[in-house]
Amino acid sequence: MNAANDVVAVLAQEAITAPAVDGIAVAPLLVVLGGACISVLIEAFLPRHQRWPVQVTWAGLVIVVALVSLAGYALGSPQPVVTLGESLSVDSPTLFLWGTLLLLGIPSLLMIADRSVEPGGAFIPSAAERAASRVGGGGTGGTGGSSEHADRSYGLPGQAPTMQTEMFPFVLFALGGMMAFVAANDLLTMFIALEVLSLPLYLMCGLARRRRLLSQEAAVKYFLLGAFGSAFFLYGVALLYGYSGSVRLSEISAAAAGSTRSDTLLFAGLALLLVGLLFKGSVAPFHTWTPDVYQGAPTPVTAFMAACTKVAAFGAIARVLYVAFGSTRWEWRGVLWAIAVLSMAVGAVLGLTQTDVKRMVAYSSIAHAGFLLLGTMAITPEGTSGTLFYLLAYGFTTVAVFGVISLVRDSEGEASHLSQWAGLAKRSPVVAGVMTFLLLALAGLPLTSGFTAKFAVFSAALSDGMAPLVVIALVASAVAAFFYLRVIVLMYFSEPAADGPTVVVPGAFTTAAITLGVLVTLLLGILPTPALQWAGAGAFSG
Amino acid sequence: MTTTLPALSALAQEAQPAVGEATGTASLAWLLFALPAAGALVLFLTGRRSDRWGHWLGLLTVVASFVIGLLIFLETVGLAPGERTRELALYSWIGSGSLNVDFGLRLDPLSLTFVLLITGVGSLIHLYSVGYMSHDPGRRRFFAQLNLFVAAMLVLVLANNFVLLYLGWEGVGLASYLLIGFYQDRPAAATAAKKAFLMNRVGDVGLALAIFLLWLELGTTQYNEVFGRIGEVPSGTVLAVTLLLLLGACGKSGQFPLQSWLPDAMEGPTPVSALIHAATMVTAGVYLIARTNPIYDLTETGRLVVALIGVVTLLIGAIIGCAYDDIKKVLAYSTVSQIGYMILAVGLGPAGYALGIFHLLTHGFFKAGLFLGAGSVMHAMNDDVDMRRFGGLWRKMPVTFVTFGLGYLALIGFPFLSGYFSKDAIIEAAFAQEGWQGWVFGGAAALAAGLTAFYMTRLMFMTFFGERRWEKVPAHNGEAYHPHESPATMTVPMIVLAFGSVGAGAALYPVLPEWLAPTVGELRELEGGALPHAVVPWLVVGLSALGVLAGYLFVGRRPVPVERPERVSLPVRAARADLYANAINESVVERPGTWLTRILVYFDNRGVDGAVNGIAAGLGGSSGRLRRLQTGFVRSYALSMLGGSVLIVAAMLAVRFA
Repeated sequence: MNAANDVVAVLAQEAITAPAVDGIAVAPLLVVLGGACISVLIEAFLPRHQRWPVQVTWAGLVIVVALVSLAGYALGSPQPVVTLGESLSVDSPTLFLWGTLLLLGIPSLLMIADRSVEPGGAFIPSAAERAASRVGGGGTGGTGGSSEHADRSYGLPGQAPTMQTEMFPFVLFALGGMMAFVAANDLLTMFIALEVLSLPLYLMCGLARRRRLLSQEAAVKYFLLGAFGSAFFLYGVALLYGYSGSVRLSEISAAAAGSTRSDTLLFAGLALLLVGLLFKGSVAPFHTWTPDVYQGAPTPVTAFMAACTKVAAFGAIARVLYVAFGSTRWEWRGVLWAIAVLSMAVGAVLGLTQTDVKRMVAYSSIAHAGFLLLGTMAITPEGTSGTLFYLLAYGFTTVAVFGVISLVRDSEGEASHLSQWAGLAKRSPVVAGVMTFLLLALAGLPLTSGFTAKFAVFSAALSDGMAPLVVIALVASAVAAFFYLRVIVLMYFSEPAADGPTVVVPGAFTTAAITLGVLVTLLLGILPTPALQWAGAGAFSG
Repeated sequence: MTTTLPALSALAQEAQPAVGEATGTASLAWLLFALPAAGALVLFLTGRRSDRWGHWLGLLTVVASFVIGLLIFLETVGLAPGERTRELALYSWIGSGSLNVDFGLRLDPLSLTFVLLITGVGSLIHLYSVGYMSHDPGRRRFFAQLNLFVAAMLVLVLANNFVLLYLGWEGVGLASYLLIGFYQDRPAAATAAKKAFLMNRVGDVGLALAIFLLWLELGTTQYNEVFGRIGEVPSGTVLAVTLLLLLGACGKSGQFPLQSWLPDAMEGPTPVSALIHAATMVTAGVYLIARTNPIYDLTETGRLVVALIGVVTLLIGAIIGCAYDDIKKVLAYSTVSQIGYMILAVGLGPAGYALGIFHLLTHGFFKAGLFLGAGSVMHAMNDDVDMRRFGGLWRKMPVTFVTFGLGYLALIGFPFLSGYFSKDAIIEAAFAQEGWQGWVFGGAAALAAGLTAFYMTRLMFMTFFGERRWEKVPAHNGEAYHPHESPATMTVPMIVLAFGSVGAGAALYPVLPEWLAPTVGELRELEGGALPHAVVPWLVVGLSALGVLAGYLFVGRRPVPVERPERVSLPVRAARADLYANAINESVVERPGTWLTRILVYFDNRGVDGAVNGIAAGLGGSSGRLRRLQTGFVRSYALSMLGGSVLIVAAMLAVRFA
């Protein structure tokens, strides 16, 4: 591999020169990963009952500091740099994606830290803890108003159904992995980043306080299929190295442009690489894990995963296609056309018959992945900026949607079956109104970010000669709108069930997360220009 | 006429006045419409809380507008005629690519004339309404809507571009709709409001299309640029624009073939009939044509159509007016007929624009006065409108009788009252046309003047003279009639308007054409034509006298039966049926429209809905089947991933090597 050359070089020089590090450019990444390490130490050395406040404060601080350093760097409108031994490319899309990930990290973290919606927090490591909680905390009565119990029991170790505070280092590691993933300038870095972001997610999926079997099944499925996907990715990397003699994206591009070697390795490698990436982005036909995992994982984790993993995966897809395979786009575009159509069709059609809200949103995310693919296929500045804007808009809407879903509960936990949502507007007009707005944003109605995002991506695809695909995408949008509207109709025009779920009055954290998501959704719908300009500030470079 | 046309049009274009910046008092012009609009807003929003003082607020805002309008007017009079056209840009209203519309006002002699008419007559009618509506629980809502109307009408006449004019145009339409249907518990009022709204829409579409066409050709909707560059537009398009504008004018002003909503609009409260459906809103069509005179100057055909519409309408109105027993409907058809005169006048081009506006002003005074008088009579007669139940009222309500009588004399053109100057001038100008047009236009106008005298005399006799028929029958609500004079809030406006009816013509006749010249061009007196100027006044006064005599012979001398006779001659029957206008509308528009709707609904149900439902069912079914693929087993998920991977690799290589 690449290392081989380096080894030769090192031997020849007989001295190891440390790679140049542009510390200011990569500071946000370093802050997040370093913060994650310290977070592990906090977990190790602090007594249990102190961990939650410290961890929440620390994780919030890390994200804010990372955001500040990012803003400080980005406001100086820097030139693209390639640093850390040419393994990371900090260019304008990287900065946008980092900003998006860190911003999405805030509501995700708030929801994960929340202990009022699910008394004591949504995460416990094993069933025994749950039993203890049943005896001790009595919080399983489960609806609002028992946050008192949670707070009291929190102060008494042993009785306490406290949440797993390991969640916070997991979140930080996953975020760091995602940030490295979208900035990776060579495929090996990308692979390592993929694992860094995936492993914490697998674990986080299995920690649900309620419906533990479903949660653990989801974690195992995600892990097995993720490993499978990673293997494809790695195999693809190997083939591409075999073709070009390098794992660096720009060198693959250069090799593809000017060589007479057999293209078999190149295209087989690209295909396998794409399988790994499309798996993370939950694009059909590699979407099969998505509904099960979205449903089984604790809802705050689903929110984090749905928003941030999507950003990371499509950021990486866009970079790989733009930097490494831009010159060969006419060969692979046909295949991606088919994948995009399939993904839109599977997402929109299968979403129609879902009876679980979380699964429905999962299929919606598969359809959205198809729409996003349109933007990434357009190897133009408009395509890049449209994709980036779409990710920002979709991320915030999705986080808020899952935030609302976590509020509708009955004695068994979340009431995610659609029939339980009937007549919700009569009991909780505010929650129903917020959900309606968010669903309309997902459907892409004007005055929401969803409209602007779809418009940006579709117009980019249209101007890059993909008119038939845009038509299909519009039809799929119309079909998908049905199942969003069905929820709205259900909430407003059905009689509520007699023993229907209650809506928890959320604590400050979840309220803040949902409010943030709704505000961004509205703002990007009304005043999209600043964000669009920022997204279009520059192209991928490598 | 034909030979002078090119010279005329060139003249009209050169005569486009230089537009100055509005300074001084004129920079307050936005208050003109902002005050009534604010009044309307407050009255709408405060609800019942303002029931006790709301009508005074409504009155106050309109009076304040009048004062501001008067100040601006006086300031403008002090300027040289060339500097009297000024504009006040408020803000950029619509800015999108190539369509840019400013919210700007044009203060020139024409718009200021209208401002004074609207706010002046509006103030009087607001005052009158304080008394007239005193027993109505909806009085606050009434004043809110009346204020809304005044604001919208001022926007209409003050706009300096077509889009803003359209805003005001729609605004007065809305206010008119709301006020016609003010008595919400009367089905007839609701129907009349709907009818007015629908027929106005037909006209509005014409106006909108005209604006689109102008924008398409010139890329602007500002009066200044449109009028300055209208010469660049092909003559066919100019003709289309003038006809579409005329359609808009017909809708708003109740002109043939869209006249039939105006009489029905009398279902609204009488002050509304006076202000909106006699003095101001229905004259918006005349304003529109006078305002766009540079466009009409370019097309003789367009003006000919305008004049023909005016002639047809003035005859229709006068004929039907003779047959009705409903006092407000007679006045309404009289309005239709008088606006026909105005449309005829502006259709005569530079020889008539100023005359049309002149008649519009005098008509505003005497017709508003007549309607207020009719309202006063109704107020005294338990809100009945059937003249066959009236009679001999002059002793009971002397003030109403005198003011109404003066309005009557002004309307029939009694020498040296308002109508004599303005209507005769139009008839003279019509007779002065060359060839057949002079005979047809002039003859019809003179004939209608005679008819006007007849139906108004009939109205006077049936209402104020003769037997007191109301002593013999109970009112419609079962009580006995107790006619009485109205309170001062109602009589004062009637007296003021009566002064206008008497003196406005003589006062305005020498000055108005010159005052309006910067906007509508110099008034051109044509020589020759069908009949010389000296003969026409004698002819018109003679015909009017005949009409009065006929009125006396047929109505004044004989007892009037309380029940309407059903065995009447064919012309009367036709006139009672509105000359079959509604029947024609029903058979030509409504029934085919209903059938078209049914066909479309059928097609929609079977064709469109069928296709949509079929697709939906297909998608739902395929979703249900595909769902089974999601088994929940990791092994099958992994298999589908593997299958997908194999397909992608194969496809990639196939695309590459095929």
